[in-house]
Amino acid sequence: MRDKAAETGAVVQLDSVGLRYGRGPEILQDISLSLPAGSFHFLTGASGAGKSSLLKLMYLAHRPARGRVIMFGEDIARVRRYNLPAVRRRIGVVFQEFHLLDHLSTLDNVALPLRVAGASERDVQKFVPDLLQWVGLAEQIEARPPTLSGGQKQRVAIARAVIGRPDLLLADEPTGSVDDAIAVRLMHLFEELNKLGTAIILATHNEALVARFNHPRLHLENGKLAPA
Amino acid sequence: MAVFGGRTDLPLQGDATSRYLPWLIAPMVFLSAVALALALTLVSLAGSWDREVSGTLTVEVAVAQGTAADAEQRTRAAVDRAIEILRATPGVAQAEALPQERLASLLAPWLGNSDLLKDLPLPALIDVTLEPGTRPDLDALEKQLAAAVPGASVDDHRLWLARLIDLERTVAWTAIAIVVLIGAVTAATVIYATRTGMAVHRDVIEILHLIGATDDYIARQFAARAFALALKGGIAGLILTAPVLAAVVLESQRIEGGFLSDLAFPSYGWVACGVLPLVAALLAMITARLTVHGTLARLV
Repeated sequence: MRDKAAETGAVVQLDSVGLRYGRGPEILQDISLSLPAGSFHFLTGASGAGKSSLLKLMYLAHRPARGRVIMFGEDIARVRRYNLPAVRRRIGVVFQEFHLLDHLSTLDNVALPLRVAGASERDVQKFVPDLLQWVGLAEQIEARPPTLSGGQKQRVAIARAVIGRPDLLLADEPTGSVDDAIAVRLMHLFEELNKLGTAIILATHNEALVARFNHPRLHLENGKLAPA
Repeated sequence: MAVFGGRTDLPLQGDATSRYLPWLIAPMVFLSAVALALALTLVSLAGSWDREVSGTLTVEVAVAQGTAADAEQRTRAAVDRAIEILRATPGVAQAEALPQERLASLLAPWLGNSDLLKDLPLPALIDVTLEPGTRPDLDALEKQLAAAVPGASVDDHRLWLARLIDLERTVAWTAIAIVVLIGAVTAATVIYATRTGMAVHRDVIEILHLIGATDDYIARQFAARAFALALKGGIAGLILTAPVLAAVVLESQRIEGGFLSDLAFPSYGWVACGVLPLVAALLAMITARLTVHGTLARLV
């Protein structure tokens, strides 16, 4: 369904969304927001406020218990199952737990979004090493995730999320395992990506980072959007 | 995604759940090849009988009564008379008396080569070859022969052949049913292995989905793995089959005389058995692919 979100160019629109796991209480309640293409938002809140759950709704890992989730103008409830991959390919995700595939090399992990989208091996070999060099992992190109440090894994996860130049990047604590210098470098990477048109939602606890980079904030308290 | 032994996004190479597949598929292909060989041999044998019998007749002339010397002379005269009538019959290309030595050799496998055969009052047989595409009026011919040669009868082998072909078809269909059953068991095995593999790799599948992989992208990786494993097992099964079939062919070639002389494994049978590993691999590949699609459609 193409509606107001499409007309306004919103990449994400949530209308009175509620989310619960199983028969448990609502983790998210009455979330309504509309984020335009090319925007950059921090998502803040205390642990357990629902930041990760909100991101999971946006990267289509869960369906809402109520309300509407509209991504790129498409009401997700009405998108047929076989069309979901096309929507997901427009979203880059940096998972909090990284979710790297331990049996694949750094290069192959980062190349996944390109390969599932049907990119040629020539493109993979052209773009992935460059990006890995940019995030400081040129030496670890053949390394498997179990041999990497937490910070290195995080950078692999970020590289995997941005390699496909997504329309929307959802990052869950993407700088949580790196030192401040690397965190700033990664923030610059996100800003570069944002300048190219990618909308970014970055969940973080790092108040210093939020203060240093001047972007609007979505603040969650007890599963509801609240003024920061 | 790489296929057939190359890189895959799913860690299927070291997957314990599917590692036993070749060990199951090898005996399946072995049994299929044996059953298929049996079916094809019987089909070929029936065809051979049909070709041979459809162009021939056998006329039997009973031994004449009387003393040995007299009976032999009168029987020979009766045979000559019958041959004369047969050669004059339209559609008959050739009519020759079967030599007694040949008759004795045909009976030897059952009665042995003893002197008993010489003392038995064996009827005389006339081997009749018909012109291609013709079929004489057998009732009229039998009446004509019976009038001229008392004790003569005509056998076009049809009744014998029909029963034999019925038996052959029953056995052949049974063999084909066995092959189909083996195929079904193979498919069930692949379904089980694939579902188990999907359960083991559920986390990876979920990540691939979230990154934007289609169901078919994931299904192709399981299918390629199933294909490779089934082909490996199938080739092993075929290697086991080859000496068995060769031994059967060699043994069948040693059979002399009688209707089993045509028992031979047709050359196209080798081709049919040769492609069985590929058929097993394709069956496994398609089964795995459909299983992944079906399972993902229900789970996610």
